Amino acid sequence: MARSRNRLNNEINAGSMADIAFLLLIFFLVTTTIAEDKGVLVLLPPWSNEPPETKNLKTRNVYSVLVNADNQLLVRGQPMGIDQLKDNAKKFIRNPQGQEDMAESPDQALISLKNDRGTKYKTYISVYNELKAAYRELRDEESEKRYGKKFEFLNKDQQRNIIKEIPLVISEAEPSAYGEEN
Amino acid sequence: MQFEKKRGKAQPAISTASLPDIIFMLLFFFMVVTVLRDTEEKVSYITPSASELTKLERKSLVNTILIGRPKDKYQKTYGSKPRIQLGDKFSDVTDIPLFLEEHRETVPEKQQGLIMTSLKVDGDVTMGIISDVKTALRKAGQLKVNYSAKVKERK
Repeated sequence: MARSRNRLNNEINAGSMADIAFLLLIFFLVTTTIAEDKGVLVLLPPWSNEPPETKNLKTRNVYSVLVNADNQLLVRGQPMGIDQLKDNAKKFIRNPQGQEDMAESPDQALISLKNDRGTKYKTYISVYNELKAAYRELRDEESEKRYGKKFEFLNKDQQRNIIKEIPLVISEAEPSAYGEEN
Repeated sequence: MQFEKKRGKAQPAISTASLPDIIFMLLFFFMVVTVLRDTEEKVSYITPSASELTKLERKSLVNTILIGRPKDKYQKTYGSKPRIQLGDKFSDVTDIPLFLEEHRETVPEKQQGLIMTSLKVDGDVTMGIISDVKTALRKAGQLKVNYSAKVKERK
C-alpha cells in the first residue's frame, strides 16, 4: 500500500506541459517569417575580354527595346507604353501573317534590350518581365497546340522541343551613361 | 441498474492528455520552418513586383546582394546614395568577387554550378549601380541571377 502511494507521488504532473508548449509555440509563431523568396530568373552572358564577334543579323529579326533615363520606351524606333509591349513582342516573334518587317521565325527572333544608367530599376524589371511573359505565353500557346497541355506540365523532352522552337534570346547591351544620379 | 447509475453520475471529461503532444507537433513544425534572420539589413529596399517569377529553392546555394539607400541611422556615416550591402556590411563593387568566393567555399564542389545570386534591389534605384554589379558578377563567373520581386497577378 505504502509502495503504491509512493509511486503515485513520484509521477510528474504533466498538466502544465501544454502551457509551456503553448508559450514556445506562440514565440515561434511570432518570430516566424515564412520567407517566400521569389524573383525574375536571369542568366547573364559570360564575360570575355575580347569584343564579341559581330553577327550579321537581319534587321527584321531584331526587336530592339530602348529604355531611356526618363523611363520611356522606344521599341523598334517607335515610342510605346509598357502595357503594349507584351502583345507587340508576341506579334513580332510569332509573325502570324508573315509580314516583311517581323521575325522570319520564332527561333530567329532576337530581343535586344538597352537601357540608360539612369533608368529606374522598377522600369527595367517590368520591361524584362513583359518580355519574359511574351515568351511564356508563346510557349504555352505552342504547347497547347501540340500536346494539349501548358508548357510547365510537359515532360522534359517536350519542353526541350518547344524551347528549341521558341528560344528566349534577350541580348542586353552595355547601358549608356545618361542620367546617372549623383 | 448499476449501469444506469454510473452513467448519470458524471459526464466524463475530455482527456487533455494528448494536448501537449499536439502542441509539440505544431511547435516543432514552426521551429523547423523558422529562419532566424542572421544579418541585419542596413539598406532599405522595396522590391518591384513582377509576374514571371521563379522560386528560390535551396537557401544554402543562394547568396544575397542588397542594393538600396542606407537606413536613416546609417545615413550620417554612409550618405544617402544607393549602396551595396554584402553580408552585414556596406561594400563596394570591388568586394563582390571575394564575397562570392567566400560563399562558394561553403558549398560542396558538386553543387557549385547551382549557386544563385539573389539581387534584392530597391525599385527606385537607377540601373547604373546594378549594371556595375552585373558586370562584376559576370567577371566572377556567377551567371545565375535572380532579381527578387514581389508577386503580381498575371493579366
